[in-house]
Amino acid sequence: MGPQHPMTHGLWNLRIKVDGETIVDAEPEIGYLHRGYEKIMEVREFQKNVVLTDRLCYVSSITWSHAYCLACEELMDVEVPPRGQYLRVITLELQRIASHLMWLAAYGPDLGLLTALLWALRERELFLDLLQLISGARMNQNWPRIGGVRNDAPPDFDQYCRKVIAHFRKKMDEYANVFEQSKLFQVRTVGVGRISREDAMDWGVTGPNLRACGARIDLREMDPYDAYPEIEFEPAVARDGDSYARYKVRMEELKTSCDLIERALDKLPAGPYRAKQPRRAEGEAFRRTEDSRGEALFYVIGDGDDRPYRVKIRSPIFSTMFAAPLMMRGNKVADVVAIMGSIDVCVGEIDK
Amino acid sequence: MAGDGEFLAALRDRFGAALRDLSLVRDRVIRLAIDRKDLVAVCKFLKEKFDVEHVTCITAVDWRDHFESVYHLTSWKRNVMIQVNASIPHDDPRIDSITPLWNGANVHEREAYDLMGIVYDGHPNLTRILLPKDYEFHPLRKDFPQELDRQYVSRRKIGGG
Repeated sequence: MGPQHPMTHGLWNLRIKVDGETIVDAEPEIGYLHRGYEKIMEVREFQKNVVLTDRLCYVSSITWSHAYCLACEELMDVEVPPRGQYLRVITLELQRIASHLMWLAAYGPDLGLLTALLWALRERELFLDLLQLISGARMNQNWPRIGGVRNDAPPDFDQYCRKVIAHFRKKMDEYANVFEQSKLFQVRTVGVGRISREDAMDWGVTGPNLRACGARIDLREMDPYDAYPEIEFEPAVARDGDSYARYKVRMEELKTSCDLIERALDKLPAGPYRAKQPRRAEGEAFRRTEDSRGEALFYVIGDGDDRPYRVKIRSPIFSTMFAAPLMMRGNKVADVVAIMGSIDVCVGEIDK
Repeated sequence: MAGDGEFLAALRDRFGAALRDLSLVRDRVIRLAIDRKDLVAVCKFLKEKFDVEHVTCITAVDWRDHFESVYHLTSWKRNVMIQVNASIPHDDPRIDSITPLWNGANVHEREAYDLMGIVYDGHPNLTRILLPKDYEFHPLRKDFPQELDRQYVSRRKIGGG
């Protein structure tokens, strides 16, 4: 299946070995979108790479550039001012909601529910508007900076946020009615693409896909960064490890993100939003964050110059993709779409 | 954290002479540097004694005079991250694979092989993963040139290499 198959959401190929209709084995084949990110970043200055990392995944660009900025701050020993930290949390969660809605918009049509596409994109646009309000761009915002964020929030930003969230909460109940009470949706997802918790950990699955197996592993809680330790929240967890559990976790996360945004807005301190950063750095540092898809890690090495000596990008879906054959074995060919859709593939970050 | 000291002491007891560096980077993050021959022993020890269950990533670094294979290993149960830097001579880029210990290492080792050309001995399927199968180079090596003239790069940098 692929690289030009409607289910692939990007360019990648899946080789499937079948016995009749049953999948015996599968092997993903990637690399169609390889742009040599890690090499390009070696000749560009630290600050200039922020705009590149945005484009790792256009669906959740802020989470990626933010992860890169965190790693650089660790390397350069820069402390982000509190207001910058809170603004980051707010935009990260807005971006997470937009990303999960994009997933929902892609996943619905995979299962034949075209309503999902229209509804999720409609609500996503509201969150993209908020991001546009604060950063000036719908996508590829280029918003986090090493040492803080690019600009302060516009006046009345919190009121716009609260209004959108209140509206979105009502819509989420509608979503739940449409999907969870749909027989079709249940048949296509419940019990399909199951993976055990041990297998998932062994193969390096992270993020919502791991939390769907019953593991309470959320890096916002376990290895907190920015203002996350000061804001209470409960990570979403589901038990079954099938496609339906992955759907449930993401829907719960939408609610968690709404709560997080509201709490961060309540606590948003005044003051500077960006710290000065040095241009040069030496040594090595890494930071990991909870991306919308799992554990994102940047490992940056500096050799005293104003550009990194080596940058390593750890993409969560890169590992998850190769755990997908475990989910698929024993299922039918028709379920491939339902399974691969449920893990939320983003080829931009896999291929780097 | 109380757990960190226990980690460091246990590692020092077991691998005292083999460790080139053992330090606490920050809370819950430990860094150790070893030679390539001790890698599997160290990883097995970490897996059995410290419940390391997740390979976050494997990075290959070209230091011009030697290579380094950097492992970021995570124990979810204890919430600790361990960075292992294993050094590899430049003229013989081989190191033992840790895929037999964690399946998650599989793709990361393939990626490091693909882009940096380090051979992971004992890997079940060490083939190119991102680049085409018939590609001849390992582009992340420092002797693989960049197209500098097509990007904006300051003059000072071009002069300095």
